Amino acid sequence: MFHFLGKTHIPHEKHTAGMPAVRMPSPAEVLIPLSQHIGAPATALVKAGDAVKVGQKIAEAGGFVSSPIYAPISGTVGKDESVLISAGRKVPAIRIVSDGQMAVAETVTPPDIHDFDSFRRAVQESGLVGLGGAGFPTAVKLDAEKKGLLNTVVINGAECEPYITSDTRTMIDRAEDVKAGVELLMKHLSADRYVIGIEKNKPEAIAKMQETFADNDKFSVAVLPDTYPQGGEKILIYNTTGRVVPKGKLPADVGVLVINVTSLAFLGQYAKTGMPLVEKCVTVDGPAVADPKNVIVPIGTPIIDVLNFVGVEEGKIAKILYGGPMMGVSVYSAKDPVLKTTNALTVFDRKSVKNAETVACIHCGRCVEHCPMGLTPTLFTTFMEKDNKDERAKLLDAENINLCMECGCCSFVCPSKRPLVQNNRLAKAEVREYNARQATLKG
Amino acid sequence: MEKLIISSSPHVKSTLTTRRIMLDVVISLLPACIAGCIIFGWRALLVLAVCTVSSVLAEAGFNLLAKKKQTVGDFSAVVTGLLLGMNLPVEIAVWQCVIGSVFAIVVVKCLFGGLGCNFANPAITGRVFMLIAFTQTAGIAFPTIVDVTASATPLELIGKENAVLPSLLDMFLGVRGGAIGETCILALLVGGIYLIARGIIKPYIPLVFIATVFLFSWMYLGSLNLALYEILAGGLVIGAFFMATDYVTIPITPVGKLVFAFGCGLVTCLIRFFGNYPEGVSFAILLMNIVSPYIEKWTKVRALGGAAK
Repeated sequence: MFHFLGKTHIPHEKHTAGMPAVRMPSPAEVLIPLSQHIGAPATALVKAGDAVKVGQKIAEAGGFVSSPIYAPISGTVGKDESVLISAGRKVPAIRIVSDGQMAVAETVTPPDIHDFDSFRRAVQESGLVGLGGAGFPTAVKLDAEKKGLLNTVVINGAECEPYITSDTRTMIDRAEDVKAGVELLMKHLSADRYVIGIEKNKPEAIAKMQETFADNDKFSVAVLPDTYPQGGEKILIYNTTGRVVPKGKLPADVGVLVINVTSLAFLGQYAKTGMPLVEKCVTVDGPAVADPKNVIVPIGTPIIDVLNFVGVEEGKIAKILYGGPMMGVSVYSAKDPVLKTTNALTVFDRKSVKNAETVACIHCGRCVEHCPMGLTPTLFTTFMEKDNKDERAKLLDAENINLCMECGCCSFVCPSKRPLVQNNRLAKAEVREYNARQATLKG
Repeated sequence: MEKLIISSSPHVKSTLTTRRIMLDVVISLLPACIAGCIIFGWRALLVLAVCTVSSVLAEAGFNLLAKKKQTVGDFSAVVTGLLLGMNLPVEIAVWQCVIGSVFAIVVVKCLFGGLGCNFANPAITGRVFMLIAFTQTAGIAFPTIVDVTASATPLELIGKENAVLPSLLDMFLGVRGGAIGETCILALLVGGIYLIARGIIKPYIPLVFIATVFLFSWMYLGSLNLALYEILAGGLVIGAFFMATDYVTIPITPVGKLVFAFGCGLVTCLIRFFGNYPEGVSFAILLMNIVSPYIEKWTKVRALGGAAK
C-alpha cells in the first residue's frame, strides 16, 4: 500500500500566504557574491568604475557547472571586494553603487529559443539556478534530456518550510508565468508527464494550478500531506510518482527532472522579456517580525535594507536565516546580501532562539520514526564516537549516511534535544574525506 | 544591533522534552497508585512513597559521590521508584523497599551510565532482584513476593482443583491478591490510554504483548474464560503498558518493537505454563531487554533508495 513519506508535524507559520509580494525601493547599493550556486564561481566581466545597467552581464559562468550573474540595479561598479558566504569561504564579490535610474541594459531582449539546444543555452544565459534553495544551475539539469532519460517532470510547489510563502505566491500571482514555463518544457523536453506537488495547506495555490492547467492532460496536480519535508527532492519524487531514487543516483536516473515552481515561472517570464535573474521574491517573517511581508528584492540588496523596509525593529534582531527555520542557514552579518537562492529571511529575537538543554538519549526512536529517508540517526551518533576514523567512515557509509538530506526532522522531534543533524553533517564530511583519501590511494 | 547568533539548522525544535515525557509517565501511573492505596490500604502508600523517595535519593547520592551532573530533575528516578513500588506486595518490609530501590537505581541504571544507558528496565530488574533475594526471608509478613494479602494470587489458583477464582469484574477492578499497582486493570488502562493519547507510547506494543498472552493461553488452557483470567491477572497489564514500552530498554526500530512485544508475550506464557514461578511477566520483559540490541540489529529500517539488507 502506498503511503506518503515525510510525516513530521511542524507548525506552518504561513502568515504571509495571503500577501501578494510588494516591491521594495531599489537599494543605494548592492553586493553580489560571484558564488551563489553549486559549482565553479562566476568570473567578473566588469571592473571598478564601470557603469552598468539592469540586466547587464557582470560575471560569466566560471565552468560547466556554473552560472552567469547580472546587474540587478544600474550604477557604478565599486572596487573589488570579497564576502564571507555561508559555506564558510570568502568569495569575490562585485559592489554596485546605484545611480537611482534603474536603467535597463540594451542587451535585455527576448532570447531566441527554437530547439532544445537554443533552449538550454537560454536557460544557462538566464542565470537561473535552483530557486528552491539548492542553487544547482538549472541548465545542467536539462542535460538529462540529451541522454534520453527523462519521461516525467516533477514541479516542486510543496514549500514545506515553515513561514515561507514565496512559492505559494508564485503559484497564485504568477500562474501565467508558470504556465509559460511548463509550455517551454513541454515543447523542448521529451517528458510526457508533468506533475506539480503542493502541500494541502495551500488550497488557493492548488485551485489556481488546477484551473490554469485544466485543459492540459499531460499536467496534474498532486496534493501532498502538510507534513514536513514534502519538498525534499527524493521525498517529492516518491510522493508524486512512487519512484525511488537509488542511493548515489540522480532523479534523472529514474526519468525525473525536478524543478522548483518559481524557477519555472522565472523561465516563462524570461522567454518573454529576456530579463535575466536579477530579483527575488523573499518572505520576511519570523518571531522578530511584527509585520511579515513578501518582498520583491534586487539580488545583492543588503539584508538590513530589506528588514528596514519591512519595519523589523533592529533591537529585536538576534538571528537571521537565509531560508526557513528547518534548513535555513545563519547569516553572518545583517549587511550580507540577498542571494539568487534566497526565498526567505527568517528573523529570530533573543527569546525565540533559546533551546532546551541537551540531555542523554533515551532511545525513544522518534528520530528513526520521523526520518523520511528511513535512516537511524542514533546509529550515526554511536559510530561517530568510535576512535578509528576509517572504521567510522566505513560504518557510516554502510548505514547510508549519504542519504541524509539534513532536513532536520530528527533534531526537531528529539525530546533530548540532541544535535542529530549536526552530527550527520559532520559524519557526511568525514565519509567524503575518507572516500577522497581512498580514491587518491587507488589513483 | 548586537552580533548575530550563528547556529546550525534546524533552528526550531519540538516542545516535547525528556522531562515532560517522564512527567507524563508519572501522571499515567497515578490512577493505578491511587487504586492500589484504596484496595490495599494506607501501607500501600507507604511502600510507594518509600520506593520513590529512595530511588530519587539513590540517584542524587550516586551523582554526588561520582561527581556527575545532577540528573534527578528528569523525573526518571520517580518513574522507576513508583513502578517498583507498584510491583511489590503491600506487606513488604520498608528496609527491603529501600534496598530494592537502591539496587534498581544504582546497580541497574547509574553504574551503566545513567538514563539511556541501562540495558535492562531498572524497576523490573529491581523487582526480580527482590523476588530472588527476599523469597527465603522467613518470618516476614509475606510468603512470596507475588503471593499477597490474605489469599493466593489468581495465577496460582488457576489450574488448582476446587480453587475459587475471583469474578472477572473483581479481576478488572483489582479486588484480589497481587502487587499494589498491578491489580486494578481499569486504572492501568486509564493511564495507558493517557500515554497513548499524549503520543508517549505506541499502542501496538501493549496490544501485541497482551494479545500474544491471550492467544497462547487460550490455546494451552483451551478455555476462553481462563485465557481472560490470564490477561487480567498478574503483572501483565502493568508490564505491557508501562514496562515493555520503556524506550531505553526496547528496540528502537518499529518492527523491532513488535518483535519485542511478541517475544514478551511468548516468554510470559512459557514461564507461566512450564516454569516454577506462577508469574512470568517480569522475567519475560527482562529476558527480552537483554536480546533487544540483537532484535534491533535484525529489524533495521530499510533506507529509501538504500540497498536491501
